Amino acid sequence: MNGADAIIKCLEAEGVKNVYGYPGVAICPFYNSILESDIRTILIRTEQNAAHAASGEARISGRPGVCAVTSGPGATNVITGIATAFADSIPLVCITGQVHTDLLGTDAFQEADITGAVESFVKYSYLVKDVNDIPHIMKEAFYIANSGRKGPVLIDVPIDVQNATINKFKYPEEVKLRTYKPTMKGNALQIKKVIKELEKAKKPIICAGGGVLLSDAQENLRHFAQEHQIPVVSTMMGLGVMPTKHPLYFGMVGNNGKAYANRAMNESDLLIMVGASVADRAVSQPDLITKGKILVHIDVDPAEIGKNAGATIPLVGDAKCIFEDFEKESFEGNYAEWLETLKEYRVSMAKKRNPNPAYVDPAAFISALSEKMEEDAVYVADVGQNQIWSCSYAVTKQGKFLTSGGMGTMGYSIPAAMGAKIAAPERQVVAVCGDGSFQMSMMELATMQQHHVDVKIIVLKNNSLGMVREYQQFTYKEHYSMIDLSGSPDLEKLSAAYDIPFQRLYNMEKMDEVIDTFLAHKGSMILECIIDPMDIVR
Amino acid sequence: MKKRIYSVLVENRSGVLGKVAGLFSRRCYNIDSLVVGETDDPDVSCMTIVSSGDERTIEQIEKQLNKKLDVIKVKTFSESRCIARELMLVKVKYNSHNRREIMEICELMNVQIVDMSKHFMMLQLCDTPEKIKLLLNLLNSISIVEVARTGTLALSKCMEND
Repeated sequence: MNGADAIIKCLEAEGVKNVYGYPGVAICPFYNSILESDIRTILIRTEQNAAHAASGEARISGRPGVCAVTSGPGATNVITGIATAFADSIPLVCITGQVHTDLLGTDAFQEADITGAVESFVKYSYLVKDVNDIPHIMKEAFYIANSGRKGPVLIDVPIDVQNATINKFKYPEEVKLRTYKPTMKGNALQIKKVIKELEKAKKPIICAGGGVLLSDAQENLRHFAQEHQIPVVSTMMGLGVMPTKHPLYFGMVGNNGKAYANRAMNESDLLIMVGASVADRAVSQPDLITKGKILVHIDVDPAEIGKNAGATIPLVGDAKCIFEDFEKESFEGNYAEWLETLKEYRVSMAKKRNPNPAYVDPAAFISALSEKMEEDAVYVADVGQNQIWSCSYAVTKQGKFLTSGGMGTMGYSIPAAMGAKIAAPERQVVAVCGDGSFQMSMMELATMQQHHVDVKIIVLKNNSLGMVREYQQFTYKEHYSMIDLSGSPDLEKLSAAYDIPFQRLYNMEKMDEVIDTFLAHKGSMILECIIDPMDIVR
Repeated sequence: MKKRIYSVLVENRSGVLGKVAGLFSRRCYNIDSLVVGETDDPDVSCMTIVSSGDERTIEQIEKQLNKKLDVIKVKTFSESRCIARELMLVKVKYNSHNRREIMEICELMNVQIVDMSKHFMMLQLCDTPEKIKLLLNLLNSISIVEVARTGTLALSKCMEND
């Protein structure tokens, strides 16, 4: 057995079903050994998307997604995907081939110091120098990626290490790391304090972040909120924690969120922030969420607490463990009046749009589309104006809403949707992107076709980079620069070239009919919606 | 701005210094000085880092250091709660007019003269960071040729519950 065989054995022991990647000489031993395994390999068309696809899979399966690429450019190309996963705390194990150990540091052909380059975007990284280290490194990598605050782990394996004979293969049963012991259970005293404050509070609110989904605590949170009638808002990464139409849900916060959600958060007297990093896009003025109120900050990563806002009650631990403990406590709270106020805000502060009837209104379209999607469907939003419309108008029921929240990586939606579909072939998966973000990963249409991954793609077409255009419109007084997307391909012809069925929607007239055909179609389909180039999200 | 000393026990592996130093630059934390050396356990190194910042930054530095998987333990203390030492070597140019003055400073401050030639002498001082600073100030009026400093090393004071 050689090192590459050992890596595959480890992947099998971890229950890995799929590996996304792109070969090159330095990773060839790995892709040679994988032929002896039942693990499915998906040949992505550019390495960045291997990480996005693995990330899409991870967010559906709850297990680390795996990608494997070659050294040098293969490794550097994957960095953006890794950084995207890191920003959203998505567990990944990324294996990179590396030049021969003897050539390390010599600027050999296709050599890149990937462990050095990726340091600020990984939870941990390894450069394997001894083949006998492979089993424990693989075990550690999966454990690190998927525990505590989740995130990507990179393993760089020189080609000679992949080819070297391993003395004795034994996959360790346990991980022994003296430097890493994430706190899962919340401190009992702090939990009691939170319950006491909830008893005293008149206007409590829970703000749910992506951490809730990562710890699979959404059911516990919903149950707790329901039981005590506590209103809930969410960050962008927390979309889907509450079904959009839940009576206790008051929308997404942040500068692109609902005005009533921000108001609810600011006016509350007790804010329970859970699994959210309180970053600038969600909370532009941290003062507002600390002044005159009790801030309870729950996070599995102690460094998140107090990073951007000082918490009154810090509570370190896993969201699921903590909400399970909350559920065991009994207390009486009466927030009926507060809920009435919030319901009033929800109606009176709802934004009114004035859509141009000559085009498809993205807001109405997204809301109709998501309403018609299956109960447990996966909605993958890209980045740009499309992301903001998706966040604002997509209706999530029991399904998932995926997007690149922290990094805002354009081109995320198609590869992530592929990974999601591969993780859950029985679920409906729809990627929604703009014509800019679509062109950043349209090469993956080939991957979809080759590997029979049925992803439904919506392209909101406005022939421009809308988010930047809108920014320039207001910040630079309509002084537009670099936003014209002329030269883009005719999507009908492009779809035909890939043998993917295509539809185009020009205005609202036939919207329902077109969406119905689109969703009912078995297999992939691209639906292009022509939207007003001057439409704005704000 | 508060000054803080971090005594960081780390795994003695290649690349760890880069990871810790990278954390400081990436997150815009100051490094006033950084000293690394092996401990009594050859698998463990001790980094002594002196940094400064506001209350929140100082707390974040400790938390972010603790997040690093190669970090075993972080101890943090202010200068008053530890014994801090720094070693400095200074090369000065001397002549018949200032020789006496240099010798007097050396005597008063417990500075050793470790090397000498016709026009140059090398001074050595191992003392608290304040004394090091003081000596540099005193020597400033005399011509300093070169200075090398180790940066601050520190251990928390001996306590019975240590």
